[in-house]
Amino acid sequence: SAEKTTRKCSIARGQREDHNKFGLQTLLASRCYSHGMQETDEEFDARWVTYFNKQDIDAWELRKGMNTLIGYDLVPEPKILEAALRACRRLNDLASAIRILEAVKDKAGPHKEIYPYLIQELKPTLDELGISTPEELGIDKV
Amino acid sequence: MLATRALSLVGKRAISTSVCVRGGHGVAKVEDYTLPGYFDSPEQKSLKEKERGSWAALSNDEKIALYRISFKQSFAEMNQTTSEWKSVIGGMFFLIGFTGLVVLWQRKYVYGPVPHTFEAEYKEKELQRMLDMQINPVEGFSAKWDYENKQWKK
Repeated sequence: SAEKTTRKCSIARGQREDHNKFGLQTLLASRCYSHGMQETDEEFDARWVTYFNKQDIDAWELRKGMNTLIGYDLVPEPKILEAALRACRRLNDLASAIRILEAVKDKAGPHKEIYPYLIQELKPTLDELGISTPEELGIDKV
Repeated sequence: MLATRALSLVGKRAISTSVCVRGGHGVAKVEDYTLPGYFDSPEQKSLKEKERGSWAALSNDEKIALYRISFKQSFAEMNQTTSEWKSVIGGMFFLIGFTGLVVLWQRKYVYGPVPHTFEAEYKEKELQRMLDMQINPVEGFSAKWDYENKQWKK
């Protein structure tokens, strides 16, 4: 997909109105760019959820998907992460599940409030699948 | 189930070393991106079997062990700072200091004497000549010289 020219934090999206790069307030999810119609946040999220929800996803596709997703300038929505964690469960890969949690914490960078929010949203899934957070395992410290 | 097929394949070490089987242009070994897909010890093998069941049944130590099979360092370990910069700065100062010693030695043993124009007597004659020529008499050099009393203006 085309590289995003504006910084997207999908989580913050729901909490405030948005300004596209021309400074126009958009209450709609779609944006006006000079260079073709860009994907909306909902479409982006839906595409990635669908990717990880593939029932017979294989280990390579999981790694590839996660590495690509982490490469974007955004922190993935909880629903994408939930789909990825469930994919780890289908692949019997607990290590990757824990690694995903570490990676999104790292992606949030200086915005320390994002990771607790993600964990809060993912708690039901983590409990259901029996995934421990890096903090619970003590590997978040050296 | 795909995972069992993958596991049995791993056991026989039948993984091809390039991705040409999958993609068609064989760029890099897939294994380069993660730790090897074989297990060192029987404990690791049995742990991997246990991983296929409920994860809630695993103890924290087992979870950490599973993590370590796949990942050499955690994010915290990977991102930790080193004290290397101290060695770098220290080394820089040391070498600068050593260079200073080299320069001093050179001054003493390599360079010849400075030209005679640096001698005090010569410099006095130079100064007198400049005053006689009234170099910069309005605001600069000679303007600061008191010609009546033959001294610098106070």
